[in-house]
Amino acid sequence: MSAICLDIRDLSAVLPNGQRVLRSVSLAVQPGEVRALVGESGAGKTMIGKAVLGVLPSSVRIVEGDMLLEGEDLGKLQPKARRTLIGARTALIPQDPLTALNPSRRIGPQMTDRLVRILGWSGEKADTRIRQLLDEVQIRDPDRVLKSYPHELSGGMRQRVLIAAAFAAEPRLIVADEPTTALDVTVQKQILRLIVQLQREHGTAILFVTHDLGVVAKISQRVSVLYAGKVVEEADTAALFAAPQHPYTRALMAATPRYTDPFASLKPVDEAVLAGLASEIAAADQAWRRSHG
Amino acid sequence: MAEPLFSVRRLKVALPDMTRKPLIGRAPLVEILKGLDFDLPRGSVTGIVGESGSGKSTLGRALVRLLEPSAGSITFDGRDITHLPEAELRPLRRNLQMIFQDPMSSLNPRRTIASIIAAPLKQNGLGDNLKARVAEALQRVGLPQSFASRYRHELSGGQRQRVGIARALALSPKFVLADEIVSGLDVSTQAQILTLLEKLAAEMGLTVAFISHDLSVIRRLCRQVIVMREGVIVEASATDALFDKPQQAYTRDLIAAIPLPEIDAGWLDIPAAAKAPT
Amino acid sequence: MDEGRARRRGVPPRLWLAGGWLLLALLAAIFAPLVAPQDPLAQDLMLERLPPFWMAGADPGYWLGTDSLGRDLLSRLIFGGRIAFIVAFAAAIAACLVGSALGLIAGYFGGWADRIISRIVDVWMAFPPVLFAILLVAVLGTGLSSVILAIAIIDWTRFCRVIRAETMGQSRMDYVENARIAGYGRIGIMLREVLPNVVPSIVALLSLEMGIAVIVEAILSFVNLSISTDDPTWGGIIAEGRLSIHQAWWVLVFPLVTLILTVLSFSQFGEALKTRFDPVLR
Ligand SMILES: Nc1ncnc2c1ncn2[C@@H]1O[C@H](COP(=O)(O)OP(=O)(O)OP(=O)(O)O)[C@@H](O)[C@H]1O
Ligand SMILES: Nc1ncnc2c1ncn2[C@@H]1O[C@H](COP(=O)(O)OP(=O)(O)OP(=O)(O)O)[C@@H](O)[C@H]1O
Ligand SMILES: [Mg+2]
Ligand SMILES: [Mg+2]
Repeated sequence: MSAICLDIRDLSAVLPNGQRVLRSVSLAVQPGEVRALVGESGAGKTMIGKAVLGVLPSSVRIVEGDMLLEGEDLGKLQPKARRTLIGARTALIPQDPLTALNPSRRIGPQMTDRLVRILGWSGEKADTRIRQLLDEVQIRDPDRVLKSYPHELSGGMRQRVLIAAAFAAEPRLIVADEPTTALDVTVQKQILRLIVQLQREHGTAILFVTHDLGVVAKISQRVSVLYAGKVVEEADTAALFAAPQHPYTRALMAATPRYTDPFASLKPVDEAVLAGLASEIAAADQAWRRSHG
Repeated sequence: MAEPLFSVRRLKVALPDMTRKPLIGRAPLVEILKGLDFDLPRGSVTGIVGESGSGKSTLGRALVRLLEPSAGSITFDGRDITHLPEAELRPLRRNLQMIFQDPMSSLNPRRTIASIIAAPLKQNGLGDNLKARVAEALQRVGLPQSFASRYRHELSGGQRQRVGIARALALSPKFVLADEIVSGLDVSTQAQILTLLEKLAAEMGLTVAFISHDLSVIRRLCRQVIVMREGVIVEASATDALFDKPQQAYTRDLIAAIPLPEIDAGWLDIPAAAKAPT
Repeated sequence: MDEGRARRRGVPPRLWLAGGWLLLALLAAIFAPLVAPQDPLAQDLMLERLPPFWMAGADPGYWLGTDSLGRDLLSRLIFGGRIAFIVAFAAAIAACLVGSALGLIAGYFGGWADRIISRIVDVWMAFPPVLFAILLVAVLGTGLSSVILAIAIIDWTRFCRVIRAETMGQSRMDYVENARIAGYGRIGIMLREVLPNVVPSIVALLSLEMGIAVIVEAILSFVNLSISTDDPTWGGIIAEGRLSIHQAWWVLVFPLVTLILTVLSFSQFGEALKTRFDPVLR
């Protein structure tokens, strides 16, 4: 029996103005599971990932909830111990590749640094591993890429560099924040294959943030749908695609474009659904305020 | 038919390859774009798709003349802008807009969203009524007015992307290059942005070059599509023809790799033919 | 979870400590004639080598004791602070203006400008700084302004190097190209877009440089190359203290402690300011 890889319970976070950005989010990711996290732009998907990794902006405050990484309560650990644990067991594929890389350092040392410093690998081992992964993410010319500065790479190459860096350490959990937005579909498919391989061989769990329901359908086992910081639906992927329960999920599904039938899709969520969501959120907030004085 | 807004002939762009720079002297040039020919008709939306690293963003930078081509010519609105110096480009800039692929780094961390959207307006003589213009720009991309006073790090990825869109469209340019602008947006927000682009193209004659990896969106939005690989155009044709009868193997591979939003257990399996011998 | 996570808002304690010490020392230096208990130059051989106030034989008017000529140590430190602060501010600001401007140009324009400026910096850095300072003062002559000039001439490279690297990193960000798209000229972009993003580093360096200027001035005074030997300077007091270390350790220890506290405070203050200036880290 293995512990739940990531267990988020009733997580609430507030902005300085007192508004909640995360509304009692609960989410459990099993080892070897790809959990898709979808939802509106600005719903708080990135916020959840940052909360887990302990890198929330200082203006956002966690007011309630627990986060357990492989059974260890992150909230009960000393800051240093927490950082070490997170550093050793998790990796992030950030949403903004260019800002996540140091503009004045070459790619090579930036990628190997983490392996050498945090995981104590030898430089040679790190280098071999990185090269192998660059090859697997279909970087054609690894020598050039390793010697380049971030701005000399294309958007998709930067994204692949960060994917390779995250995979290299074989972490227990990867928070992948829209990791394939800059990748063409053939490379994307290869990355998805790699994820499945990692999942099978090492039992890596992945929290996969994306807007692409096509990707969700192909790779995830479970899905959480987020709206305004609240999980409005959570289901097995197959069940969700067979019969979405929440009106918002249904609206998202209906709006997802298909090249086979382009004009049937891409429409805004309709007013009635939005009104329903607004009252659902308001009710949740009211209940929360009541129980928290 | 009217002359196209852009005519691009045998366009080549070469950049210095700093990784092969000798200790003294210049870095050797690598050719990123290897001779491209195409036209962008006025008021049209043209899709640009292709392999990651094939030179789409570089092409965009050359079209809006952030880069100077090394050969060939770019004619914009009847004028050869291939080698125009920066000072002569400046009056044209208002009509040559680009929305960048990386929304985070394309916004100045020290400026508020309002000042980021206002700067190009002021610079291009649209400084009257600034507040109202900024408010309208935010509203068009579905961002609340309260965001005007925020900084880039206080927004989500998709919200940042929409700031970039708002900023470029606020100038009512003749041309905008949209580099992967909807991949970070949920589908209903995508719908809003695409509808906005369609409307501007139809009503204001806005010409759009739309770089995207999302072929479903391309099929919906674009009249013609350019497929790129390794710095050359492998196929260019009307959208429906491209999807229905792709001529090139690469185009067929692309279409085959589109993940449709439906469960398909075998989708990720590697086809037997492509498997490496063990 | 709550209290463990709740981040402390407002001013961090190290900023309080560092800023407090600097403010105290600065005010004392500005109002030296009012706050100094004694005339710093008045010698009284009857009072030579009085110990600090808590030791046996101390005199209540002489808190930190006296030196071998019977001059009040506290008053000398306060008056020495005047010169330390004048040198710190003037030299650091001069070095900062020159170095940051050149660094910004080299980093933003690159090419020839960068090659020339970087080469000059390399040549400059080849000289050992303290020797360079001694040499310069020897050439320029002693005196307050030549000390300031010498420090600025030596240390502009520190600003230039850091600001160049930082500017180069910033210039690679897409917002710089975005400003070109908006129709801004090169110099406008450098000043409007890039400069504000390197200001936090400039501020931190400036504060650090003030600390360094204090040390360099002390070293020059120590080797008797600063300003006239009559005026008390921290370096001068340390030099005298060294001679009487066995009889009166306080004449050496107090100025050293003052010097170290000031230098550390400057660097801490700079770091803290940098974080406060940064909207992202704030
Ligand atoms: N530092 C901050 N201060 C105030 N509000 C913030 C801050 N950072 C983010 N927000 C707000 O919090 C909300 C959640 O942001 P988050 O980045 O988690 O969204 P997201 O779900 O990742 O969206 P996207 O898909 O667009 O990336 C957004 O509405 C955003 O505007
Ligand atoms: N400043 C530069 N110096 C050197 N090479 C560069 C520079 N910018 C881009 N390149 C190279 O040019 C090629 C094309 O890059 P470009 O950004 O145009 O690709 P792209 O088609 O936009 O790819 P993506 O879809 O991944 O964004 C890449 O191989 C990249 O490494
Ligand atoms: Mg996000
Ligand atoms: Mg690109």
